[in-house]
Amino acid sequence: MKQPKIKLIVLAIIAILLITIFMLIKVSSNNWEYVIPRRAIKIVAILLTGGCIAFTSMVFQTITNNRILTPSILGLDSLYLFIQTAVVFLFGSSTMTMMNSNINFLVSVALMVLFSSILYKLFFNREDQNILLLLLIGIVMGSFFSSVSSFMQVLIDPNEFLIIQDKMFASFNNINTNILTISLIIVAVVSIYVTRYSRFFDVMSLGRDQAINLGIDYEKVVRNMLIVVSILVSVATALVGPITFLGLLVVNLAREFLKTYKHSTLITGSILLSIISLVGGLLIVERVFTFSTTISVIINFVGGVYFIYLLLKERRAW
Amino acid sequence: MKIKYLFILLIVLSIISLFVGVIDIHPKNIFHLTAEQKEILLISRFPRLISIIIAGVSLSICGLIMQQISRNKFVSPTTAGTMDWARLGILVALMLFTGESPIIKMIIAFVFALCGTFLFMRILNMIKFKDAIFIPLIGLMLGNIVSSITTFFAMKYDLIQNMSSWLQGDFSLIMAGRYELLYISIPVVIIAYLYANKFTIAGMGEDFSINLGLNHKRVVNIGLIIVALVSSVVLLTVGMIPFLGLIIPNIVSLYRGDNLKNSLTHTALLGAVFVLFCDILGRVIIYPYEISIGVMVGVIGSGIFLYLLLRRKTYEAA
Repeated sequence: MKQPKIKLIVLAIIAILLITIFMLIKVSSNNWEYVIPRRAIKIVAILLTGGCIAFTSMVFQTITNNRILTPSILGLDSLYLFIQTAVVFLFGSSTMTMMNSNINFLVSVALMVLFSSILYKLFFNREDQNILLLLLIGIVMGSFFSSVSSFMQVLIDPNEFLIIQDKMFASFNNINTNILTISLIIVAVVSIYVTRYSRFFDVMSLGRDQAINLGIDYEKVVRNMLIVVSILVSVATALVGPITFLGLLVVNLAREFLKTYKHSTLITGSILLSIISLVGGLLIVERVFTFSTTISVIINFVGGVYFIYLLLKERRAW
Repeated sequence: MKIKYLFILLIVLSIISLFVGVIDIHPKNIFHLTAEQKEILLISRFPRLISIIIAGVSLSICGLIMQQISRNKFVSPTTAGTMDWARLGILVALMLFTGESPIIKMIIAFVFALCGTFLFMRILNMIKFKDAIFIPLIGLMLGNIVSSITTFFAMKYDLIQNMSSWLQGDFSLIMAGRYELLYISIPVVIIAYLYANKFTIAGMGEDFSINLGLNHKRVVNIGLIIVALVSSVVLLTVGMIPFLGLIIPNIVSLYRGDNLKNSLTHTALLGAVFVLFCDILGRVIIYPYEISIGVMVGVIGSGIFLYLLLRRKTYEAA
């Protein structure tokens, strides 16, 4: 019982260390006034994203009861980008620029919750669910949504599109700080809400039948958690854009590293790992490669290799 | 659908394709064109039509051959990563052989595509328990990994802009003098016709085909070489057209069955009709601008792929 705690503390120390390095590297007495606030905003966005991705992946794996699926592999983040494009497409950018970016964000999140529940109903709530089929459907769905998004982006007047593009489509070099405050509020509210459910997760990971047997209103918990997942995925995607394999990597790393089934430990561990890999990755990208590449590329490479390994390994176990 | 109707459809669409465009050329004036109109027809419209037909025909036949050899309905140049390997090859060619002619670049892309496809087939052989869904999943993931390597190096050497023109298929850049490389696929397609029976037998499995006196290994190798060659030629001249090699053979085999000799002509014609249709649609929707063929086929193709996957599911449940 004691060991995971020590490991968590070690992870936390590494995370804090990396954040301090990130904040203080190349700061001198002349430029700190300019540098520190900018970096602080960036780091807050990264912490939020990392936390959201780790948490959603862990919860998603628990409620769908498997270790390969994560929301972004199933294409939820391209769904979010699709919804945002669709909102601009349908309402036009003139209303969009007038509309506060916060309101735009909230509308997208609401639509996201609606759509992902429909998708869940369509594909998951079946008796004959086959994980591999779901995965393939998810991947194809992801490319479907991104093709439709780029289709609509072409249809939008190019001039209008350029105006909104900067605002809407984030990446690590272009973190969307406009919605930082509202994301903070959303994440805070959601975390308070989730603490009520956190004790259910351990029981849920035993499987549907066991959990119901032990007195959990399974369907209701799954439904509510799915809403939470889609809200947090929207937050993460809106802040820095899609990072497909981060969730899968950190969740499985946390499981391997902590060797426990307790969700309170696992979730904390994976959030810390996710922060470490994002901040550490950014440091490497900005200082070692000096901006010639983006961190998502590296994460996608490592994650893809690991994903194939996981698939092949699982296969052998069956 | 009779072959006659497909053929008539192809001719009608071809004629429409010749007369759709920004410069107005009316069919009525076909016998007294101005010099300018004649030039447009010869330099832009005809090459475009020819390249559309060649690309559509050869990519769909590639898909059909791959599906026969791997005995899996969901394998195609897109889902096996062949396209991504060819793109990596083009990147290498751009980096190391900057001044060389397109032929050299194509050969390098071809070598990469061939190696990648062989690697994929090796992995297929390693997997003992074959699942129709599992195999394209592995292929897509391998493709993702390869394309993240490509992006990484493209970013490092400032070739992203150059590369992205190979990301999205686009016929609007096709002009006389820029597409002649595509003619290489014509003899390749003819070879595919000559080998049709052998591919059908190879599709029955290694033991069975050896039993029937077929040099299984050689037939498979010839098939893979055809696929890699055509993929890299199309990629270099037109760009990436996703899912084409997957959906066309599947649709044809729904009503023609799996004997290659019966379905080859249908596949070829339907492929050309489909690409031609998508291209005309893309040219008309936001006239006078254009939607690139990659996006059009991406939207329609991934939609059809999803339908095929889900249809298979209900079919299995029944």
